[in-house]
Amino acid sequence: MSENTQLEIEEQNFLEEDICVKENLVFDRTQALTDVEMHYCPGCGHGVAHRIIMEVVDEMGIQDKTIGVAPVGCSVFAYNYMNIDMQEAAHGRASAVATGIKRVLPDKFVFSYQGDGDLAAIGTGETVHTVNRGENILIVFINNAVYGMTSGQMAPTTLEGMVTTTSPYGRDPKIMGYPLKIADLIAPLPGAYYVTRQAVNNAGNVRKAKKAIQKSFEYQKLNKGLCFVEIVSNCPSNWKMTPVESNKFVEEKLFPFYPLGDIKVPKEIK
Amino acid sequence: MAKVKGDIFVDIEKCKGCELCLVACPQDSLALSDKINKKGYHYMVRIKDNCTGCINCALVCPEGIIKVYRKVGKKKEHVATVSNVTKDMTMEVN
Amino acid sequence: MPEVRLMKGNEALAEAAIRAGCDAYFGYPITPQSEVLEYLSREVPKKSNMVVLQAESEIASINMIYGAAGAGKRAMTTSSSPGISLMQEGLSYIASAELPCLVVNVNRGGPGLGTIQPAQGDYFQATKGGGHGDYKLIVLAPSSVQEMADHVRLGFEFADKYRNPVMILSDGAIGQMMEKVELFDQLPRDMVKKPWATTGKAKNRERNIITSLHIDPYDMEKINLRLQEKYKQIMENEVRYQSFQIDDVEYLLVAYGLSARICQKVVEIGREKGIKLGLIRPITLFPFPWNIIRSVSERVKGILDVELNSGQMVEDVRLAVEGRAQVKFYGRMGGVIPSPEEIFENFEKEFLKGEAL
Repeated sequence: MSENTQLEIEEQNFLEEDICVKENLVFDRTQALTDVEMHYCPGCGHGVAHRIIMEVVDEMGIQDKTIGVAPVGCSVFAYNYMNIDMQEAAHGRASAVATGIKRVLPDKFVFSYQGDGDLAAIGTGETVHTVNRGENILIVFINNAVYGMTSGQMAPTTLEGMVTTTSPYGRDPKIMGYPLKIADLIAPLPGAYYVTRQAVNNAGNVRKAKKAIQKSFEYQKLNKGLCFVEIVSNCPSNWKMTPVESNKFVEEKLFPFYPLGDIKVPKEIK
Repeated sequence: MAKVKGDIFVDIEKCKGCELCLVACPQDSLALSDKINKKGYHYMVRIKDNCTGCINCALVCPEGIIKVYRKVGKKKEHVATVSNVTKDMTMEVN
Repeated sequence: MPEVRLMKGNEALAEAAIRAGCDAYFGYPITPQSEVLEYLSREVPKKSNMVVLQAESEIASINMIYGAAGAGKRAMTTSSSPGISLMQEGLSYIASAELPCLVVNVNRGGPGLGTIQPAQGDYFQATKGGGHGDYKLIVLAPSSVQEMADHVRLGFEFADKYRNPVMILSDGAIGQMMEKVELFDQLPRDMVKKPWATTGKAKNRERNIITSLHIDPYDMEKINLRLQEKYKQIMENEVRYQSFQIDDVEYLLVAYGLSARICQKVVEIGREKGIKLGLIRPITLFPFPWNIIRSVSERVKGILDVELNSGQMVEDVRLAVEGRAQVKFYGRMGGVIPSPEEIFENFEKEFLKGEAL
């Protein structure tokens, strides 16, 4: 009995023979994700980011040695989806919580998963000092240039001229300051071992982002210090766009200001 | 190259009709069904049989609900079993 | 024979942290308690692999405590009034997530930047909760260098027993004064098993989640009911106080910490003048010793509450007494410390009105 039968037959073009059988399976949902349905809006990059982190945790066989920290923001419910031990942190404080965990459990893998408001507004102090201490953790930073959970306010990374509920006439730097390139701000700190900016807006970038996360966990295993993976992502609902349009906006508007690629790569690896 | 045939299985009840897989598919073989799932979203279906099992759709799916299958045609003798493609994406760090 | 030393209160507390099997200390400099971080930074590398980390702020340190405690380890921080104010949000999260930890407030004069002199103006913040929501800290009030050490062990025991944050509410004088202290022997680390901690999801168990987020109100209410039930248990089982000459007491003094030390002298002065004074010194500010104060209040002519603030604990005394006796208050603020004579004069003015003269 192939797994495909419960679909109404007329929906799927019937192939002469059925491909969907066990031995042909080449991509499946990682068991490191729970099967709880995610609450994220249709097309939101969080879902992909969650998945590639958990795929890496699964493939490296460290599901029993990884602790995640997710603070306030759209991803505050990450612990419902990531099938690992997790702590939910106060807004802006995830990297301090992660520091506390890593210091007492140095042989475990620890990562924080934070949004732009969390990491680059209220938590800037914690971000800078956690990086400056070279904490041996991974910080995954989802930059979608808006406060998603509270429905669309301006974030530190909101672009000049970008309309949000708290910059309804477009962000005016003279009043609201400039968009903050936090990755470039922390990269020069000696504690930062690997700093890169990735995206999940198309298959190619998803592959690269996953590789960056994989490298970060490998570096963490080798006690190399703080790894920082920024994922420039979309927010269809609050940008008032369809998911497909939002990914175009990411490409046309966010990438020019937040260029993708490694910002700081360890010397000996180059 | 042996004729590669692929197929996908979608957990249609969890699909949110975001269409990101549609634009990711190089074969343009996906579309949204006219029907809706329990949540009222038009879910994704494969409407052509030119799927090569390239997993692009599964990579971009925010819900992680697409299983991908790939079968290499029998004409050539068996070259390699692709058990879980995510495996060979592991990279050695020297 | 336990080790006896002459130590500053803050340093006795720091040494006790090491001996109580503390796994991690996160702190930030602030007078009058920086000696704790200094002592640990100096002594720990010599004899223990306890984590000692100076954080970038008190907000960071309380959240590091959250992480370490959530990972199942004994975690502690110390600060003084302004720093403790910065920790209030963190404490609310910690109380809600039911994480055992020890937070020490070496109270200084306030409000605002205030002074570095001793004071007790943080009583309400400590016992009624300075953070948001219904939660309680177990609050211990040392009045000697000996108790600065002993309350660390007791505090960690309470924290682990009830999975609750514990506060030691000390003050600048007790932190800075030097006294003889008997130090308890080194306790082992990881004495208490914490299956709920985030140590990495072992194959044979579900994942552990440390959170204070319960978006469904009925779930949140269940959490609150569980917390309130716990606090009831604490109130029933963990009240501690010390009493001085209350068997034949006519006028009762109620004071904690530094004020209690001074009031012991006031009792002596009164007794010398034939006035039967007595003192009750709450050691646990929460749970407050309601019962003993209530029962004594039925056989005294009056009660004087003495504090280094504008009158905070006096409200709890009045709640305990419920009108059974007249409760008066005397206090100094801003870090000024009253003398015993000064307090006795006020006592006479309040209660004796020239009677005994």
